[in-house]
Amino acid sequence: MLDKLLKTDRRIIFAILAVVVIIAILFPVGLAIQVSEPARRLYREIESLAPGSYVFLSFDYDPASMAELDPMALSVIRQCFREDLKIVSLGLWPQGVLLGEANLEKAAEEYGKEYGVDFVNLGYKTGGIVVISGISTDLRNVFPQDYTGRDIDELPILNGIDNLEPFKLVVTFSAGDPGVRHWVMIAQARYGKKVGCGSTAVQAPAFYPYLQSGQLVGLVGGMKGAAEYEQLIKLPGLATAGMDAQSFAHAVIVFFIVFGNAIFFLKKRSNSR
Amino acid sequence: MKRQIPLIITSIVGVVMVVQYFIPRQPFAGLFDTFNRWFLIIAVFALLLGLMNLVRLHVQKLRRRKEGWGYSIILLCGLVATILTGAVWGIGTGSPFDYIFVNMQQPMGATMFALLAFFIASASFRAFRARNVDATLLLIAAVVVMLGRVPIGSLIWNKLPTVAEWIMFYPNMAGQRAIMIGIALGTVSYSLRVILGIERTYLGGE
Repeated sequence: MLDKLLKTDRRIIFAILAVVVIIAILFPVGLAIQVSEPARRLYREIESLAPGSYVFLSFDYDPASMAELDPMALSVIRQCFREDLKIVSLGLWPQGVLLGEANLEKAAEEYGKEYGVDFVNLGYKTGGIVVISGISTDLRNVFPQDYTGRDIDELPILNGIDNLEPFKLVVTFSAGDPGVRHWVMIAQARYGKKVGCGSTAVQAPAFYPYLQSGQLVGLVGGMKGAAEYEQLIKLPGLATAGMDAQSFAHAVIVFFIVFGNAIFFLKKRSNSR
Repeated sequence: MKRQIPLIITSIVGVVMVVQYFIPRQPFAGLFDTFNRWFLIIAVFALLLGLMNLVRLHVQKLRRRKEGWGYSIILLCGLVATILTGAVWGIGTGSPFDYIFVNMQQPMGATMFALLAFFIASASFRAFRARNVDATLLLIAAVVVMLGRVPIGSLIWNKLPTVAEWIMFYPNMAGQRAIMIGIALGTVSYSLRVILGIERTYLGGE
């Protein structure tokens, strides 16, 4: 019996998880979301910027992690536009450019912002850390055109912007390398820029040392972090909607861990007899 | 000469990059910018090389009718279609390239990653065992963080998020910092070996 339970067909486990997630999405219970300190720090940092300040956003992710990073990117963009901040963005990951652009345009429409005046998307350049290093000293050399091929000299938002110097804050939405680590290494450690980040839940624990040392001004981790940020800007969105499903999915996984261990110990005890 | 010239170039570039970090003045600052520009150009060629290799690999697979050759047709068609639509109509919002990205690549990429949750559930049931003290500590920490980091955690026990946050800010951070220091020391020693020409495996060959 115990052996049979231990060898439960994995499709049964998949089905249980799928049913729980679907039910949680279809019938949300609206669990309360507590805002964590790292997310609140990034929110406060953006709130403290004067209107008209420049913020640099880096979309360093792809569709695989968009469920976690897209909602937080949208929330940060919304906050920036609400505070009347100027956004210059790029992607260290090729697919991040279009994902970021979709969020920028969505928020721009809501807040009546104009491309080239209030925000710009520089696009993608291969090279990761070298791209960061390059724009830190000479942005125009690395990105002579925006992501659509338009000459950046034609864009009013970039008048007088030659490097990272005028930017009050850099925020990277990162799913891996190149990403947070590289922005901290170059933009923060070398050029003294304030860096904040949104990251996938799986890699967020790796960035806590940067948070404690002050090299990161804030950290939004995973879909939970995105939901927290939606609470902070008071605009609940996809992450908030997904919190119930994630909560119950975690509970199911914990149940399986406990259940698996209970069977393991019962079997061990019966074997020792 | 075939091995010595790359070793000399690596050595010179390595030394310049180290020196410019501590002396960000001319001529090192200028050299740093020049090397950065060169790197960006070389990186584009590396990208092209990767693309050519991908095409060659799948064309060979098709010719030899290897297992799964049907997928190679899909890959090559997708590659050509995406490059053509991007080159002809651009990649801006509303373009055919954007349509392919939003309606095909995004859902497929997101689906692949979402499958991970199912495998984690299955693996946690089969493999996550409290076999000894270390494994038990890891298991308890994992359960606390998993529940404490989602809203259901505070429903179970209102102090659970605080405990989870404590685990993240202290034991986790200490471990992460130790790993980071270890990696940094390893990187420094490897870089020194490369600069001094002791480490040559990156050149390939024997």
